[in-house]
Amino acid sequence: MIYVISAIPALGSLVVINRIEPYVLGMPFVLFWAILWVCLTSVFLIIANKLDPATEGEEDG
Amino acid sequence: MNEALLVILFFLVLCIWLGLQARKGKNMSLEQWAIGGRGFGSFLLFFLIAGEMFTTYTFLGASGGAYRSGMPPALYAFNCFYFVIAYWLLPPIWRYAKKNNVISQSDFYDKKYNSPALGVLVAVISVISIIPYLIMQLKGLGIIVSEASYGSISPNVAIVVSVIAITIYVTASGMHGVAWTAVIKDIMILTVVVFMGIYFPLHYYGGLQPMFEAIDTAKQGFLIFPEQGLSISWFISATIMTALAFYMFPHMLAGVFSAKSQKSLRWNAGVMPIYQVIIIFSLFIGFSAILQVPNLEGAEADLALFKLAKMSFDPWFVGVIGASGAMAALIPSSLVLTATATILSKNVYKVWRPNTSDEQLQRLSRMLVPVISIVTLYFTFNGGESIFTLYLMAYSFMAQLFPALFFSLWKKNPVTVQGAFAGMIVAILIVIYSTTSGTTLATLFPSLPHVIQDLDVGLAVLLINIAVTLGVSAVTRKTSIGMEEDIKQASGMDKTS
Repeated sequence: MIYVISAIPALGSLVVINRIEPYVLGMPFVLFWAILWVCLTSVFLIIANKLDPATEGEEDG
Repeated sequence: MNEALLVILFFLVLCIWLGLQARKGKNMSLEQWAIGGRGFGSFLLFFLIAGEMFTTYTFLGASGGAYRSGMPPALYAFNCFYFVIAYWLLPPIWRYAKKNNVISQSDFYDKKYNSPALGVLVAVISVISIIPYLIMQLKGLGIIVSEASYGSISPNVAIVVSVIAITIYVTASGMHGVAWTAVIKDIMILTVVVFMGIYFPLHYYGGLQPMFEAIDTAKQGFLIFPEQGLSISWFISATIMTALAFYMFPHMLAGVFSAKSQKSLRWNAGVMPIYQVIIIFSLFIGFSAILQVPNLEGAEADLALFKLAKMSFDPWFVGVIGASGAMAALIPSSLVLTATATILSKNVYKVWRPNTSDEQLQRLSRMLVPVISIVTLYFTFNGGESIFTLYLMAYSFMAQLFPALFFSLWKKNPVTVQGAFAGMIVAILIVIYSTTSGTTLATLFPSLPHVIQDLDVGLAVLLINIAVTLGVSAVTRKTSIGMEEDIKQASGMDKTS
């Protein structure tokens, strides 16, 4: 399950929507799309980290 | 002596001071010097590893790339693969390193495959690829400082002075010095890049959308991927390639080894993407320059940022930009120097002279820092090419180390020492050949569709690498015990001294 979650952003970021319109947040769509996936990567990895049993019980400094 | 120069000098001195300060209260063993005694928590680790995304490339390369070729190289700056790979690959690497006392990237291969000779091969490949990487940083630094000082300092003088500075604090403090200067560097770069990235589009175009619309009108097709050349297939293959290579660099793995726990590594992987988004401001700078300072050709395009900054700001602020740009080059360089010195002493010298004590190794590593600096300086002054090309070549080399490392993390490693050797050597030879002769998939197979022609050469080589590695491994698996001796003798590493 966590493998699937972490694989989604990797695959998603490779889907390139190669167009300028519509502008989102002032950016051409193709650029907005790339940024969106960078942000989503963070979301997915943090979810995966929460679900990952290996994370529990480890100290961090 | 102008204002800009004073600001730059101030930050250079601050860097040295911080770097030297970092060693206080540390008993400098090799482990302390090379990887900070495996004691860096999430905070320092973040600046060490995530900070690697903000180098001269962010500063000049990303903005220059956007200026020169529009959207494709701009998008290339966003690479989600880095983080997914970091999330899965780094914790097991760290675990193994901690358990087996691994302190350098070549060590890892040496211990995993139980072959010092493989460690030497990896060391040689890394040092060869890290030289262009260092040169890229230094060249960038020279340009930045020279520009920011309004030409009163030549790039070469700037490079020499900076190299002396990092040599001082790296020799003294090693990884500790690097970590603390990295924090300052990132804070500065973020502030400067975000500010300019917002200011330029607003000031010159009245906003982001008007800016992109103006560019689209002036330069048709500049904002999307073209049919060929920097096409979508180039983008995808180059993205995967750099992500695979990113963590193979000796200085990146050294950063990983310096982590205190696996948790800090995973946390890092999760937060890094947010940090990467900031590169977008660097791109905005490049895009704003397209119509404001037109007609910069070739390597000149990397100066787009500075040309625009000088048009717009007071000298003292240009100095701040220059200082943060210089630090963007200095910190990765110092990380690279630390890692390279460690590799050369631990994985090359020690194999040659197995009786060297840890104390001697530690001293040798530190002595090697100035030597490597001088060698790098030599090549910096005797080479050409624009920043982007050098950057990609180093990556093609490093990606070739990936298969042997990846398979070694499996429960049952399908790769033998011979396989690892064969794969790396074949792949490296092909990369050298294709780079020096300018061979790409397009020149090899002119009849193929562009989708395939535009693929990154490194990725194609990587596939050959994997095939050779697994092929040779399958053959040698049966006869591996006798062969291992042969390999060691053949490579001359088992010298009876």
